[in-house]
Amino acid sequence: MNVEAPDQQVSPPRERPGSESAAADSATQRNRPRRREGPAWVFLSPWLLGAAVLTLTPMLVSLYLSFTQYDLFTAPEWVGLDNYVHMFTSDPRYWRSALNTLIYVLVAVPLQLAVALAVALALNSMGRGKGFYRSAFYAPSLLGASMSIALVWRALFNDGGTVDDMLSTFGIDMGGWVNQPGWALLVVALLTIWQFGAPMVIFLAGLQQVPHELYEAAEVDGAGRVRRFLSVTLPMLSPVLFFNLVLQTIQAFQVFTPAFTVSGGRGGPADSTLFYTLYLYDRGFTASHMGYASAMAWVLLVVIGIVTALLFRSSRSWVFYNDKG
Amino acid sequence: MVAVRESAPRRHIDWGRVGLHVGCLAVLLVMLYPLAWLIATSFKPADEVISSLRLLPSRLAMSNYTTALEGVGGVSVLRLIGNSLVISTGAVLGNVISCSLAAYAFARLRFTLRGPLFALMLATIMLPQHAVLIPQYIVFNQLGMVNTFWPLVLPKFLATDAFFVFLTVQFMRGIPKELDEAATLDGCGPFRTFFRIILPLSRPALITTAIFTFIWTWNDFFLQLIYLFEPEKFTITLALRSFVDTSSQSAYGPMFAMSVIALLPIVLFFMAFQRFLVEGMASSGVKG
Repeated sequence: MNVEAPDQQVSPPRERPGSESAAADSATQRNRPRRREGPAWVFLSPWLLGAAVLTLTPMLVSLYLSFTQYDLFTAPEWVGLDNYVHMFTSDPRYWRSALNTLIYVLVAVPLQLAVALAVALALNSMGRGKGFYRSAFYAPSLLGASMSIALVWRALFNDGGTVDDMLSTFGIDMGGWVNQPGWALLVVALLTIWQFGAPMVIFLAGLQQVPHELYEAAEVDGAGRVRRFLSVTLPMLSPVLFFNLVLQTIQAFQVFTPAFTVSGGRGGPADSTLFYTLYLYDRGFTASHMGYASAMAWVLLVVIGIVTALLFRSSRSWVFYNDKG
Repeated sequence: MVAVRESAPRRHIDWGRVGLHVGCLAVLLVMLYPLAWLIATSFKPADEVISSLRLLPSRLAMSNYTTALEGVGGVSVLRLIGNSLVISTGAVLGNVISCSLAAYAFARLRFTLRGPLFALMLATIMLPQHAVLIPQYIVFNQLGMVNTFWPLVLPKFLATDAFFVFLTVQFMRGIPKELDEAATLDGCGPFRTFFRIILPLSRPALITTAIFTFIWTWNDFFLQLIYLFEPEKFTITLALRSFVDTSSQSAYGPMFAMSVIALLPIVLFFMAFQRFLVEGMASSGVKG
């Protein structure tokens, strides 16, 4: 991910040397910035308004609400740290939802990226047909977030569903996956892995930018396939891998629709698919504990912030940027 | 791939290629199975939906679709799709306009605090929507906008989807600066440069923004679940939601017929614009 500010190469105003007095020059210097900046602020104004009114202010308000008890109808009542204390010390469903989400992130994200990378490597070495496969593998990542596909998933992995039937013909009788606490989470994870197309397309674009000379040089040096992958492909691909890792991790923490649907709307069976966002929705909008839900949202924000920061910190030791200088 | 071809020009490399195709096809078949199953089930007569192991229905039953067209809770499918269309189209308009405006400022114009504001914009990409959800809900509730489409559309006109601002900035930075400079020499101010030069040249980024916004808004469930509660305001996704907690499998046929109807616009968009979708996704992660 290219995160530095856009280059500041706007060409400087051309001065005609000696044509203006120093006083006049400093006067224009003083007036010029404001006159030149006006249009920029006009272009920025919708975003600025949105950032101020719909992002930054709500963030602060939800921080305030997290210290209150609020049901949307009566005025918020200040309760100090009560929400947080209750959350961390005496709400087993909270911990269950946090644990479920963590397991899901740790399972779904690495597996999805591994599949995406493997398929991208396969497609990259393919001549004809690459474009077709790329589009075909990409399609599920557009459909997968929909309610329709989540419903299909629930039916396929249900008791007596297709997956159950297929396994039964091999003598594996395990009944439905979605109604067993040990397996339901995996069904949601599988739906995520099914959508490997988006990171795959990004991997593929990254692979195409690896200079050929590097492979040729490695080959001259006697590097085999595995060695070339480890010493050329992987380091050159690490920025893209990092981008995908950050993006997919942040998204995975917030997954809602598949969890809601596969679990029948309640996080079942036995809270095994009670995801963090599902419980947040339940507390805030079903039970009308807006203060508690705000506290949950802020913990999520902080956790995602810490995870992202850790990923960025770790990236110094494993992400290799070729475009230095 | 060129390297492989050069180092081994003999025939047997073809077998590796055949294996590659076979492997990819196998993965593709597994991946497409749920979609095939969905379409097949939507045409199955009621008695075959649960009992039959076969993928294909013994005869095409349209009854699921006629039931699905009646909609949910007395609201017809056409109304549900219409609602989804209004919201998605509004979101597309909002995102294309507001994100391209902000992107132009970040990509081309100079202003104080540009660096910090750009960093702020990037940071909001990573912000979980739940952190702003409840206060936003309170505001829209006070404005009397809950159970209208406004909370789903209005934020898009204020460029809250920072991802698309970033995407468009990246694209605009690739447009040669000489073009702006020539326009400036010809007497164009920032506004005319934007409308005459940058905007037309940014078409691929705008189309990518439009299609992704449409599909993501169409698929969205969480915000619609929170903001819309009257059946007349329901979207197709919310209508499908009413099937989520029904455990009776007798509803499978109509439910999946409606699922197919809900997916149709996305499939059509994908077929029409797949190049923009795939390239747009690729360029978000790789510096072009």
